[in-house]
Amino acid sequence: MDAFTKLTGVAAPLPMANVDTDKIIPARFLKTIKRTGLGVHLFDTLRYDADGKERPEFVLNQGPYRKAEILIAHENFGCGSSREHAPWALLDFGIRCVIAPDFADIFHNNTFKNGILPIRLPREICDQLMEDAKQGDNARLTVDLAEQVVVRPNGEKIRFEIDSFRKHLLLNGLDDIGQTLQHAPSIDSYESKQKAEKSWMPGISV
Amino acid sequence: MAETKPRTLFDKVWDAHVVEQLPDGTCVLYIDRHLVHEVTSPQAFEGLRMAGRKVRRPDATIAVADHNIPTMGRANGIQEEDSRIQVETLERNVAEFGVPYFPILSPEQGIVHIIGPEQGISLPGMTIVCGDSHTSTHGAMGSLAFGIGTSEVEHVLATQTLLQKPAKNMLVRVEGTLGAGCTAKDIVLAIIGKIGTAGGTGHVIEFAGSAIRALDMAGRMTVCNMSIEAGARAGMIAPDETTFEYVRGKPFAPKGEALDRAIAWWRTLPADPGAHYDTVVELDAAAIAPMVTWGTNPEAVVPVTGTVPNPADVADEAKRAQLARMVEYMGLTPGQKMTDLKIDVVFIGSCTNGRIEDIRAAAAVAKGRRVAPGVRAMIVPGSGIVKQLAEAEGIDRILIDAGFEWREPGCSMCLGMNPDKLTPGQRCASTSNRNFEGRQGPGGRTHLVSPAMAAAAAVTGRLADVRELA
Ligand code: SF4
Repeated sequence: MDAFTKLTGVAAPLPMANVDTDKIIPARFLKTIKRTGLGVHLFDTLRYDADGKERPEFVLNQGPYRKAEILIAHENFGCGSSREHAPWALLDFGIRCVIAPDFADIFHNNTFKNGILPIRLPREICDQLMEDAKQGDNARLTVDLAEQVVVRPNGEKIRFEIDSFRKHLLLNGLDDIGQTLQHAPSIDSYESKQKAEKSWMPGISV
Repeated sequence: MAETKPRTLFDKVWDAHVVEQLPDGTCVLYIDRHLVHEVTSPQAFEGLRMAGRKVRRPDATIAVADHNIPTMGRANGIQEEDSRIQVETLERNVAEFGVPYFPILSPEQGIVHIIGPEQGISLPGMTIVCGDSHTSTHGAMGSLAFGIGTSEVEHVLATQTLLQKPAKNMLVRVEGTLGAGCTAKDIVLAIIGKIGTAGGTGHVIEFAGSAIRALDMAGRMTVCNMSIEAGARAGMIAPDETTFEYVRGKPFAPKGEALDRAIAWWRTLPADPGAHYDTVVELDAAAIAPMVTWGTNPEAVVPVTGTVPNPADVADEAKRAQLARMVEYMGLTPGQKMTDLKIDVVFIGSCTNGRIEDIRAAAAVAKGRRVAPGVRAMIVPGSGIVKQLAEAEGIDRILIDAGFEWREPGCSMCLGMNPDKLTPGQRCASTSNRNFEGRQGPGGRTHLVSPAMAAAAAVTGRLADVRELA
């Protein structure tokens, strides 16, 4: 996973609530056995018409937003299925940060595992950033994870909160599994204790 | 301290699985059961392979293919190439990593959330995960069960743990007796209508109250299944005699004296008196009518006697725009009666309503009636075992004689990854759990209902109040 430290880029405004993972990447594109290559299908139904032609009105089909690295949206972003294909598609398109009033839990977890930073900010602030974003390349946002701030084009700094453990993993591009395996002795002893105390629990074999 | 403070069901199952707590409160949480399917696992196994890691507990893992597989003529193999590759990849991975697997042509095969409880793999007091959001279904057993992404699938395969912070506790209490024609599906749709699709975010919901206690295990699974549609991490129901009776005799469940010991522990799991819930919601079961969704998220739901809402009545601008979009996508007119909506397709199945009890409920309505002309009605049992049972009871005949298609088990039209899809503009009464735009096929229009309501729609050719068919 790539580390996330500081990012300055174009933010795309997506003023929609409840953007579900079926919208981010429809089920028909989940038949892949790879993590990459999903960017062209990001927001497929919003982005292309039935003949596969780009819909000019959709933000990611417009000028500077084709290179957007930040996405700004409304409430409950990423609700629905657990598909990690959603953050994979965002990442493959080039988006490294999503800002919204709140996120669905599983999606929120999944972003971190892929080096994407989800930022929760109150709705009024998201609306201000949405206005900034509407100016496209004329108004880049900076996201500084170490400082925990979003810097608006006018220089105003907006602080955001983030779980310290996740911040640490993201800043250093650390893989969770490696972290957890440092606790292998505790896992071993938990397992022996469980074997003794819950000996009724059968193993599965077919 | 944790010992003296009254604890909820969630608190107790959580506490029993904490391997270690890190300084910032993140816990290394032990996972008892890991269910694996073909869509969200290939990249996880690939990750293990690249890092030279093994599956830590193959004996706590079970794999099955369900999302992608055809529900007709599967003995001839999978025709769609990318689906076939995904299933073959799963089969290669389980062989390489020694993970137990129910092959496609075995009777044990089925939707992962149907077969867990059915096989006695999912048991009370366990932590259960799967790379699928509807893992919440297994919470009906009194377990803590939740969906995870593919990176977490890899994490569990490698370590049998997850890094998690505890969720908040929400109690949803449903008291009273359901009216005629109303089911567990109507309860959970009513709950989501009340608290909204993000109402449960950050919480684990415990469903309680006399109406929940009165449900059989199938009904409890339906309710817990849709916890995720309210945004919750998981749904749980305290284990009781109904649960223990259900577990008894299941293939992988403990037997004899081992079962007695298990039950002794399971009896300690229900919440202590005075346990604290961060949020409490109450519903009156008697006030719940058969429900039907009109829009493109499960919160957009009304009683079947209701009408399509008018976006113009909504003050909030963003909300109004969202509602208007839903009305347009669904091809509706504000004020239209739900029962005036003609149906093209009926889908009965999925992890929400693909159990034998659901198929019986559909058959009870279909018996002696015919699927309306021009309607395509399909029944997709949730597992091979469900299918066998239905055939042994002869309810497949009732349904086939009424004009329903009787298919092989899988996710099917719940998400349209296999050939079972809606075509643009088609209107479907579906017993599944998501009515998102394009969920059942691009341009498809989904109305979520109970199995009895779906059967009523099939035989009348429109959304119908099942109480009027009795
Ligand atoms: S039946 Fe539908 S909701 Fe359930 S696991 Fe399959 S695709 Fe997911």
